[in-house]
Formats: sequence, C-alpha cells, structure tokens
Amino acid sequence: MTNENLIQYIYGIADNSLILGQRISELCGHGPTLETDIAMTNMALDLLGQTRSYYQYVAELSPKDITEDDVAFLRTEREYKNVLLVEQPNTDFAYVIVRQYFFDVFHFMLLKELENSKNVNFQAIAKKSLKEVSYHKRFSGDWLKRLGDGTEESKQKAQQAIDDLWVYTDELFHMTDNDKAVSKAGYGVDTTNLKDSYYAAITSLLKEATLDIPDTKYFQKGGKNGIHTEHMGFILSDMQYMQRTYPGMKW
Amino acid sequence: MTQEADIATELYTILKSVPDPEIPVLSIIDLGVVRSATVLPNQVAKVEITPTYSGCPAMDVIGDDIKTELAKHGYKPEVKLILSPAWTTDWMTDEGKKALKDYGIAPPMDATSDKDALLGNKRVIPCPQCESKNTRLVSQFASTACKAMFKCEDCEETFDYFKCLI
Ligand SMILES: [Zn+2]
Repeated sequence: MTNENLIQYIYGIADNSLILGQRISELCGHGPTLETDIAMTNMALDLLGQTRSYYQYVAELSPKDITEDDVAFLRTEREYKNVLLVEQPNTDFAYVIVRQYFFDVFHFMLLKELENSKNVNFQAIAKKSLKEVSYHKRFSGDWLKRLGDGTEESKQKAQQAIDDLWVYTDELFHMTDNDKAVSKAGYGVDTTNLKDSYYAAITSLLKEATLDIPDTKYFQKGGKNGIHTEHMGFILSDMQYMQRTYPGMKW
Repeated sequence: MTQEADIATELYTILKSVPDPEIPVLSIIDLGVVRSATVLPNQVAKVEITPTYSGCPAMDVIGDDIKTELAKHGYKPEVKLILSPAWTTDWMTDEGKKALKDYGIAPPMDATSDKDALLGNKRVIPCPQCESKNTRLVSQFASTACKAMFKCEDCEETFDYFKCLI
C-alpha cells in the first residue's frame, strides 16, 4: 500500500464531511428556527473541523509541497470522492434532515470501525469525531421522528425526501478498488459489512416515525469514483471562488 | 496513555493566566485543553493543546495567546495541536466548573444525568441562577457546539449548559 492509496482513501471519507459541512453551512442565518439554525451551523463546524484533521494528514503524506487549503479548495470536480448523497441540495427542511440522518447513521458506523484502524491518525480522528457525530445522529433522528409523526404536511414532505434520497444510500457501501486495498491492509473499513445493520437501523427509525421504506431496487452511484451530479459544480464554484480569486488565503 | 496533564511547575502560572477566548472566566488550564508543557534547553517552552471539538474556532486563538504570554516571560514558545487522547469534560477542573456556574453556564454533569437531560427524560440540570432543577431542554446545540440550551421554569431564565463529553 502506497501513500497515494492512503490519500485517495482519505478523500473518500473526508470529502463527505467537507461537502456536507459546506451544504449545511448554507443554512447559517436561514434555518427555519433559531435553534435549528444554530444546531446545523454547529454541525457544519464539527464536520469542517474533522475535514481539517484529515486534510492536514493528506498534506503530510503528499510528496508535493501542499497545505490543507490546497487539498480543500484547489482540486477539480473529478478529484473529489464524496458520495452523491451529501452534495444534494437543501431543497427544504425535510430534505436537510433526511440527508443528514441517512449520512449520520453511516458516518457513526464507519467511525466506530475506523477507531480500530492500524493507522494511528485514523484512530485519533475517529475517536474525536465519534463524540460529535453521536450528537448529530441524535439531532437528525429526533427531527425525522418529529416530521414523520407531526402534521400531515410535515409527514408528506419527509416521505418525499426519503423517496428522492433513498437511491443514494447504497453508494455509501460501494467499495472502490482503492477502498478494498486499504481495508485489506487493516487501515480502512470494509463498509459492505455495515450494510445490513445500517438498513436495519434506518428501517426501525422510519417505522417509529410512521414513514414508509421505498421499495425501489434502483440505486445511483458515481461520486466515489469522481463522477458527480449536476449539483457538485455549483457547490464547488461557491466554495472555491475566494481561493481561486485570491490565491493563498487561509481558512 | 496517561489522562493526567503533565505541566511543568514554572509554566503553570503563566498558562493559568491565559483565558478561553469564548468563556473568558475559564482558564485554559481549568478547561483541560493543555495536555503538556515542558521547558527544553535554550528557554524553549513546548506546549501541547487538544481541541474540545474538532471545529472549535478558539484553538487558533488559544495557540496564539499561549505564544504571546510565554514570550512575555522570556520563553521561546512552541505550540502543538494533538488529537489523541480526545478531550473529555472530565479534564475540566473543579475550579473551572465553579467559574462556569458563577458566569451563568451550568457545568457538565455526570454522563447518566447528562443523557437524561439531553433526551428530555429527566429534569436534573440545576439552573445556575436560582438552583432550581425544574429546567427543560430548549435545544441540544447552543451558542457553541460544546453547549446546549435550557430554560428554567421557575425563574424563567434561559441558560447554557456545558455538555458532558466522555
Ligand atoms: Zn432559575
């Protein structure tokens, strides 16, 4: 296993946190209530903080003279390896919560495994992040129950978001060749082992929220190989504008 | 790995005088973010700090403040950010908890009470203003990621609670 294998593996994990962190930070000042606004902004901060730890490690591993800022802001769309789920837009609050919950459950399970990685940097980042992500999962899960078991309108919107975002859940468990190599070496996580408990956890919460599991068998993937949906270009241009206009800025 | 912070006696008072930029009544020592402080040859002072939360924006400021304060006392400061072992509210000193309460922030409780309170199952967090335990959760996140918002049903004040992190 080479450093480049590790770097690519880190992108597959950290880019999820970066893009979702960027997405939910769009809600800063626009949340439906002050409390949810503050909560989402805090979660964005957690995710971006975790991203920094990963990218600092990438900068260390890289043979090139780069910083965390180069990693975050100066890659092209194809070089980002986040799943399609996290780049989906903030259509309405139900979408925000469903996207968050679908990701948080996975994120928690992944970090639980990464805690036992042979790589000490992964261990440290996972241990730190787990404490934060357990709050995220509780927040998004509580809200999803509230929306599903709320008014007719909130239930209908939550169901719509579930039906639309469900197709992106399977990609969370897609293993690229690089993922396989890194997990075989004991550094990465074989996410295929997490799939059953993931869907069991989601099913049980949706039941409690009186929401239906979509019966679709069609799933979409691509992000982990750098092939993104049309939303990715827009989020990157928002994110990269400052750094490309004023090169050398620090975050 | 040791959980006890290892701080050289001659650096202790200096570091104790550096406040947390977001909660200025709390010293960074009482917050528990200083994990080690060592004096090396040539007056080099090496300090290791760990973040409360990954994205804590205060860490850069804390690092700069430590450097300024140590330089004032004739040291050549070196500050390193470490992630492991991860920070826990157990590292907050009793003095720190008291300072928090006097400032109007309810200090972190033990893990069980914390969970009960944050899930809205039990009313256990005492109001820092009037001591009443008749308080309810308003939001699991407050002004910063490390706090939750509560309301006292007796004196009607809202207040921040410093969440337990173990
Ligand atoms: Zn009160």
